Amino acid sequence: MFGITAWLRWFWRQLTSMRIALFLLFLLALASVPGSIFPQRGTAPARVSQYLREHPKSGPILDRLHLFDVFASPWFAAIYLLLFISLAGCVIPRAFEYWRELRSEPPTAPRNLSRLGVYESWRTTTSASDALAKTAVNWEAKGWRVKVGDTYVSAEKGYAREFGNLVFHLALLGLLVAVGAGSSYGFRGTVIVREGTGFANNVTQYDSFTPGRSYSATSLPPFSFSLTDFHAKYQSGGMQSGAAREFHADVLVKANPEAREVKFRIKVNEPLRVAGVTVYLVGHGYSPEFTVRDSKGKIVWQDAAIFLPQDANFTSNGVVKAPDSVPQLGFQGYFLPTVTSDFSQGPRSIFPAPDDPQVFLSAWSGDLGLDSGLPQSVYQLDTQKMKRIGIEELSPGEKWKLPRGQGVIEFTGFKQWAAFSLARDPGKGWALGFAIFAIAGLTMSLLIPRRRVWLRVAEHAEGGILCEVGGLAKTQAPGLPAEVTRLSLIVKESAPEVLSD
Amino acid sequence: MLVYAAMTGYVVAMVAFAISLSKSRRIETLQETAARVSAVSPAARQGGTATLADASVSTALSDGDVLGSGRRSGNIGMSVTWLATLLLGAAIICRGLSASRLPWGNMYEFSLAAGFSIAFAYCVLSLKRDLRWLGLFIVVPVLLDLGIAATILYTDSAELVPALQSYWLAIHVTAATVCVGAFTVGAALSALYLVAERAEAKVIAGEEPGRIAFLANRLPTADRLDLMAYRIHAFMFPIWTFAVISGAIWAEAAWGRYWGWDPKETWAFITWVIYAAYLHARVTVGWRGRKAAYIALAGISAILINYFVVNILIPGLHSYSGVK
Repeated sequence: MFGITAWLRWFWRQLTSMRIALFLLFLLALASVPGSIFPQRGTAPARVSQYLREHPKSGPILDRLHLFDVFASPWFAAIYLLLFISLAGCVIPRAFEYWRELRSEPPTAPRNLSRLGVYESWRTTTSASDALAKTAVNWEAKGWRVKVGDTYVSAEKGYAREFGNLVFHLALLGLLVAVGAGSSYGFRGTVIVREGTGFANNVTQYDSFTPGRSYSATSLPPFSFSLTDFHAKYQSGGMQSGAAREFHADVLVKANPEAREVKFRIKVNEPLRVAGVTVYLVGHGYSPEFTVRDSKGKIVWQDAAIFLPQDANFTSNGVVKAPDSVPQLGFQGYFLPTVTSDFSQGPRSIFPAPDDPQVFLSAWSGDLGLDSGLPQSVYQLDTQKMKRIGIEELSPGEKWKLPRGQGVIEFTGFKQWAAFSLARDPGKGWALGFAIFAIAGLTMSLLIPRRRVWLRVAEHAEGGILCEVGGLAKTQAPGLPAEVTRLSLIVKESAPEVLSD
Repeated sequence: MLVYAAMTGYVVAMVAFAISLSKSRRIETLQETAARVSAVSPAARQGGTATLADASVSTALSDGDVLGSGRRSGNIGMSVTWLATLLLGAAIICRGLSASRLPWGNMYEFSLAAGFSIAFAYCVLSLKRDLRWLGLFIVVPVLLDLGIAATILYTDSAELVPALQSYWLAIHVTAATVCVGAFTVGAALSALYLVAERAEAKVIAGEEPGRIAFLANRLPTADRLDLMAYRIHAFMFPIWTFAVISGAIWAEAAWGRYWGWDPKETWAFITWVIYAAYLHARVTVGWRGRKAAYIALAGISAILINYFVVNILIPGLHSYSGVK
């Protein structure tokens, strides 16, 4: 029993020591490195799957070590939690010590001021008590905390340094809580919206929805918006040809079902903020419009299909599934905003703007597999039970009569789609507030010098009074000699130097 | 081109500084420093917050620690460095004018700005004290940086990608670039401290200092170098913290979250943690001298990795390198 208490005390003292803090800081930095090298599930889940496919042996091992999810992993959490416990265990006692320090007086002057690094002395004829009293008043007027003894005056300044230090470390604790609470009580989601259609804030309409641990999908505020126009401008020519120069999405927003519609232009750095949720423009692409008719000429599919961009020039892939025709028809292929004339690497686009749009399709007929009960990606065609019946290249407005009269597909035009990310984080205001406090505290703790200066009076060998002023700095900030000179000059105002004759 | 003119200037400055360095001598010789330091008890030398000995150190040494017959070439080096830095500044302004925006949109421009920041930090610091001995170790990194920028990273002046079209560019990227410049100077000082400290340690132990004495004899004392390095790091750390936080504020407006562990965000965090460790080390017994300097060098390595490796090799939201 006695052994355990002693051991716990030893353990606690080690945990809150500076050496362990240093060790944990290094560990935190080191632990973050794999999170920047390996693809992470939170930001790039597709790349994680790709990595696992390409590395079938090492991939699952890395996965079990949480290397694809470093920042949410238990071992990363262990490191920063230990660090914060160490921080709290060091800072809270220090805060009490500081409180005691604030209520106590500056210390007695050292016996031999000349041993301090910064020292001045001179002879004066003013009386000792006069010099001491006037100095105490004058120094205090300059912001020093002063204590008067019978032969000395003690002054100390710079208490705010430790205050800033404590504020900084406590603000970090607050920041951690704000970050955790904010993500726990918030959510994130993404959705792709085509021009001409809209979005209502309901969990069923999201393409992906990730609520925080304490957030329920039923709390989603009922706002909606419709995308009236998406516009992108690219640079043509020069070394950076094809680089995006401007994006914006024009939407009509209703904050709730009874509200009026409001126009808003969402740009990359200007999100839409409505009902506590922020809507960000994070991507865009093309959705070519098709009309598919079956062998009898009846329309079996008529819509804009979302094609996903594969490269910086928006070579986009997509599929069209027409399950209502008999046999079922499926099409997969490319949309190229500006088609290239060189097909050595397959169909490619050479510029992201739709200067010369073309669609390349391969047509399949058979069973789409939609009735099998297994979920399918809307962006991929399952051709296991299908037969390819042809390939064709279409310009806008062109029709393709499928062989053996199986149907007609018409490329009627194209629209653009915009990808939005929606997020709610109730803690972000708090996090920002704590961060600002942290910077303020940090600046104070590094820039405010903590100093002590003393005045001693003694009898001078040649009659009169010997005044000695010495100073000591707690840190290595420059300016101590200048400060001591300044304070000596203040003393000299009431106890001027009188050279012995 | 102004950048090439600036680079030529830096080459001239480099030669001048090298000549000056070879001719100069530190005031307090290695032996004198060894004697002074040995007089202080080992415990006081080791650690904790400043003791009486430190107070005497900071006042006993004057700012002009390194003098010698290399004064004229040192002055030439200094003046040419000022000129080259002004030329580089003009180059950056021209780049900004030609693109009608702040010239901080791709790696070529960032490199120019970082090189300018390093050289400008050096020039400003040299106004208050004699830093001619440091010139060579500043001009060489700046030359390397500009060389890489001009040959590998160059890209035409053009508009910004939409994500960068925000007033936060002025705030966040400026703060980060200024910090990179100052931390580079700090890293140079820490590296020189390691040289000086090793020479002094050998002399204290009674051994021959060997080849590094050639350099250590032309630099200020190790205490002085350590103090200068500390002051730069301590002054810039709040600004680096601000750079990271302003980046987070911008990220909230642009990407929907203020922190997403994007590789560049992660490495900025790693850099912050390393410099926090540096500041902690300097007030911890046993970690003050050599180990703290190593941490400072780890910090600048993190910055270099963040700039070259993450920008070019690792995909993420911060990919504005402009390098094909």
